[in-house]
Amino acid sequence: MSDFFAQPSVWLVSIIKVIVVMALMMTALAYLSWFERKVVAHIQSRWGPYRVGPHGLLQPLADGLKFLFKEDPTPGGVDKLVYFLAPFLAMSLALCSIAVIPFGPSPLLQVANVNIGLLIILAITSLGVYGVALGGWASNSKYPLLGGLRSSAQMVSYELSMTMSVVGVVLMAGTFNLREIITQQQGYWLGFIPRWNLLAPPFPQVLGFFVYFVSAIAETNRVPFDLPEAETELVAGFHTEYASFKFAMFFMAEYANMITVSCLATLLFFGGWLSPLPTTGVMAWTLYIPAAALAACAVILFIDGLRYSTKFGRIVLPILSLALAGLAAVCALDGVVQIIQGPFWFLSKVFLFLFFYVWLRGTLPRFRYDQLMSFGWKLLLPLSIANVVLTSGFVLASMSK
Amino acid sequence: MPSAQIIVFFILAAVAVLGAVSLIVQRHPIRSALSLIVVMVSLAGLYLLQGAELVAAIQIIVYAGAIMVLFVFVIMLLNAGEEERTNVSRIARYAGLPLGFFLLLQLAWWVGRGTQGMATVAGQSPAMTRNLSRLLFTDFLLPFELTSILILVAILGAVVLAKREN
Repeated sequence: MSDFFAQPSVWLVSIIKVIVVMALMMTALAYLSWFERKVVAHIQSRWGPYRVGPHGLLQPLADGLKFLFKEDPTPGGVDKLVYFLAPFLAMSLALCSIAVIPFGPSPLLQVANVNIGLLIILAITSLGVYGVALGGWASNSKYPLLGGLRSSAQMVSYELSMTMSVVGVVLMAGTFNLREIITQQQGYWLGFIPRWNLLAPPFPQVLGFFVYFVSAIAETNRVPFDLPEAETELVAGFHTEYASFKFAMFFMAEYANMITVSCLATLLFFGGWLSPLPTTGVMAWTLYIPAAALAACAVILFIDGLRYSTKFGRIVLPILSLALAGLAAVCALDGVVQIIQGPFWFLSKVFLFLFFYVWLRGTLPRFRYDQLMSFGWKLLLPLSIANVVLTSGFVLASMSK
Repeated sequence: MPSAQIIVFFILAAVAVLGAVSLIVQRHPIRSALSLIVVMVSLAGLYLLQGAELVAAIQIIVYAGAIMVLFVFVIMLLNAGEEERTNVSRIARYAGLPLGFFLLLQLAWWVGRGTQGMATVAGQSPAMTRNLSRLLFTDFLLPFELTSILILVAILGAVVLAKREN
């Protein structure tokens, strides 16, 4: 603690890291909305955003400007302080937890390496309910109040099983430090099966992962657990009375929470930044997968860009693809190839989880409220407790061996 | 002691005290609950400053994240409005205030006396999660288990009370 305050260089590096992570996070949030609209559209045999920029790529920008310049009326009879506080609370808490997530093996790829990283994320998610609940209450309107009530009940119920489900991982790792949890998942089983917590002895955390991910979806108020904003019954739920940028803040908070939850799932169960394939000996070619993947994207984008319907697209898309190809070439360079491994695998896994989120939204109908409650309390909580008991038994047995 | 730590301590302490005062002064139950959350979070910051990471995290997860959510939930569910002020009773004015002041003095005196004792406890570093858990499951096993039974009884009591109406 004391040396943190004493060294200006630590301050400076931290501030730069915070700025970079914030900028990347904001861009990711904006493009996550584009990604979600595109994927859901294709699931429903539509095109999705197509007009603003080639493939609708400038749509997030247009949306952002729209949110900024729209009229922002404050409904009558609201509790002003709490009404303004709620979106800020939701947004800032959602962005906080990204600070402890390590994106790669280098210490530079993590804003803060703390001993209780996992607990900090759990603590911040447990506070996240206030944004939704208070927003619903302060609006002084029936539907938001119902949405706020639902969300507080739902988030408290599912937070319990979410916290219990990660205990198994903590038991196996013996630490709350996210960096150490990842490094302990290193190595391969039988030479090719990664020793991720999902698969590793003494007790594979399949059950833990199932409970974690289901309750994480409920925690982030996403389909099929989006009861707090069920549009068929509650208009828009807790954010009915919010307009303009305050609405956008709730929206961004939800997406930021999705990203955090996906990062945590990657860290705890899927080996974080570790590669799914061995990288030594004859398997050394796997080091070039990031470069190859980027190059493939560049080729597809180039061919698609040449045939694009508008002139603007025919210019922009090939240029974008050339930039991607350049990035791919850089990733294949000798020095860079090792550095890029961690972030590439980490972000790919997170991306898969985000895709899964959107996929669920395009596929599943919403739960009924009583189903939601009985599912959480009568299935997920007992399952997570069983996971804790079994894991501690197996860990104990492997320790005494 | 490095000065930056003291500055952070006083900021957090000031926030905690202001939150506590606001908790009493606010008329609306939700705002009182919010002030209590501010107190809890700044207390967690104070624990963190002492190096008690686990206690700080649990303070936020349990108090701010679970218990206070239930408070807010109940206030929202009952839709409790602003409370009405009644005249402060005479006993409170003539006996309560001096007693409160006396209590404050006593606390200040004990805290002032006790700093050295606390320093030795911190020297054994119970702050580390591992050490804390080991203590809980060896030296303090009996109180720990008794507490859990107490909580279990309280839960059962709540269930019985809630069921009686049906």
